[in-house]
Amino acid sequence: MSVTKRRLTIAKAMSEAIAAAMDKDPSVLVLGEDIGRLGGVFGTTQGLLDRFGADRVRDTPISETAFIGAAVGLAASGMRPIVELMFVDFFGVCMDAIYNLAAKQSYFSGGRVPCPMVLMTSVGGGYGDAGQHSQCLYATFAHLPGLKVVMPSNSHDAKGLMLSAIADPNPVVFMFHKALQGMGWLGTVPGSIVHVPVEDYTVPIGRAQVAKPGQDITLVGVGITVHYALEAANSLAAEGIDAEVLDLRTIAPLDRDAIAASVRKTRRLIVVDDDYTSFGLSAEVMASAVECSVDWLSTPSRLAYPDVPVPFSPALEHPLLPSASKICERVRSLLRRRAA
Amino acid sequence: MPPSLEVRLWMYTNMVKSRRYEEAIKLAYLEGKRPLFNMAKGPIPGEMHLSSGQEPCAVGVCAHLRAEDAVTATHRPHHIAIAKGVDLNGMTAEIFGKRDGLSGGRGGHMHLFDPTVNFCCSGIVAQGMGPAVGAGLAAKLRARDGVAVSFIGEGAANQGAFHESLNLAAVWNVPVIFVIEDNAWGISVAKESSTAISRNSERAAAYGMAGWFVPDNDADEIYAVAGAAVERARSGHGPSLIEIQTSRLEGHFMGDAEGYRPKGEVQALWARDPIVSYRQRLVESGVDDARLGRIEREQQVAVDAAFAFARASNYPEPQSALQTVFA
Repeated sequence: MSVTKRRLTIAKAMSEAIAAAMDKDPSVLVLGEDIGRLGGVFGTTQGLLDRFGADRVRDTPISETAFIGAAVGLAASGMRPIVELMFVDFFGVCMDAIYNLAAKQSYFSGGRVPCPMVLMTSVGGGYGDAGQHSQCLYATFAHLPGLKVVMPSNSHDAKGLMLSAIADPNPVVFMFHKALQGMGWLGTVPGSIVHVPVEDYTVPIGRAQVAKPGQDITLVGVGITVHYALEAANSLAAEGIDAEVLDLRTIAPLDRDAIAASVRKTRRLIVVDDDYTSFGLSAEVMASAVECSVDWLSTPSRLAYPDVPVPFSPALEHPLLPSASKICERVRSLLRRRAA
Repeated sequence: MPPSLEVRLWMYTNMVKSRRYEEAIKLAYLEGKRPLFNMAKGPIPGEMHLSSGQEPCAVGVCAHLRAEDAVTATHRPHHIAIAKGVDLNGMTAEIFGKRDGLSGGRGGHMHLFDPTVNFCCSGIVAQGMGPAVGAGLAAKLRARDGVAVSFIGEGAANQGAFHESLNLAAVWNVPVIFVIEDNAWGISVAKESSTAISRNSERAAAYGMAGWFVPDNDADEIYAVAGAAVERARSGHGPSLIEIQTSRLEGHFMGDAEGYRPKGEVQALWARDPIVSYRQRLVESGVDDARLGRIEREQQVAVDAAFAFARASNYPEPQSALQTVFA
């Protein structure tokens, strides 16, 4: 039986999920900068204005403090707002609404006032936008209790995670990586464009997925680093190295069980992270791995963006980013060390 | 429209309740903190911001509100919570950090949530304003005539959130009323050294919204102005800004030595205690003195009962600290 493939970009999958939720539930609405007529700078709200009207698809002034604060008030009033922070780098102008209000509303109300909102925001560099428009900041948000943080590596997961995020009674930070988004004006990793079922489905928050099973070493990534890891695994296979690739899909709450299950099997670990190296996602994944009892064949290791701001020049930025070839080199060196 | 006698008695009752409440808090707060003041000691630890002197702002505005109208308040929230009808037992137990508190002791005095009357507050200056715009927008989108009120201090008018929220409320024509309780002091910094203009209500003009200035900390005058603002909002005419010159009879927080205040200021403010003058006016307008005395006794009883409830409540199980992070 042949199945018609609907190969969508993450941008299209996100818009489709939001439209589906808006269709079903009149309390779902979207607000943010340029999300109306333009359909979102990163295409997250394409077609929504025409379909649902300006009451539910609201272009905002460039006032993140006010409109993310408004989203918290909407959520407290029983609405389900989806709010876009155009670049995650802009959190500096509006963080109170995110971490003091949204993240603490359930706790400070003893669970009586939930905060069902989605904060979607673009992350990642590699396209010459420099350090105020290229950061990832996964751990910055994942560090804060009361927030869930998710990021798809492909359009299938984008739709399922978005539907889960909208249905969740808690604030969910939905990060999407610019290099996977599928915008015509921004290069897109082809592997992010996959079949997306027409019908609604959810990808559970808090569950990682094995993107490629393997026996010799675990490569953990999220978003674009999953694609680097898959590319590396493919090259390594030709050398007889069978790498497992784990796609976290959710950053917080981290799927520690999936990490443990994988490293217990492979007993080798490299975490790939395009966010800053120190005090971040890579450290948290490694901590989870070493907290479970594993007879390591080689010391767990990480390959992350160094602790410097993102420079503008491609000549400076590109060598700092993780890549498939860097992963291959690291894997080979870990395996050599064992053999020696 | 001037308030009816019924409303005036309601306002007096709630001002008295609020003042008695703060007096009771003050006594309980100082337990275990004398002779050596240590914020961590006693049955009520942490910062404590009393609202004595600001009661007219709360009752004059909240007299127009229904349970479904949302209110976001500040780090100095008790008078507003009381006027909005927040459960007094739950609020007091919360301030004592007890199991029967509004959120089981997780929030304390600066983070009071009572969804039954749509009240919340936050300890960060001006940050309740955006949520109030959202709450107003929710009412508007549901085609209800509900409104939202954001209470702030005069110091909040210099925050970015103030300007962003006024603009957003105006551009979306949201039924929200921003109420500035101008007590002249941002902790120790006088308003005239922090604020470029003398009347923050004039800032409303910058956002094309109605702005009112109420100079007298007078419940009847505040009631009249708030009535016009709430009516505008309910009838779809959008947001307003109200600035009330009120008085902070206590320090910024309990334990504040207040060395920054000019000599005699506090005494002068107490001499113009808005509850005393309001009582006088009620008597002059023919309300029986004995009736007011009865109200005062009843409110003292209600406050005492809430404190007894809070003291009798157990402390929460330590394990409960880990609950309700997520809904």
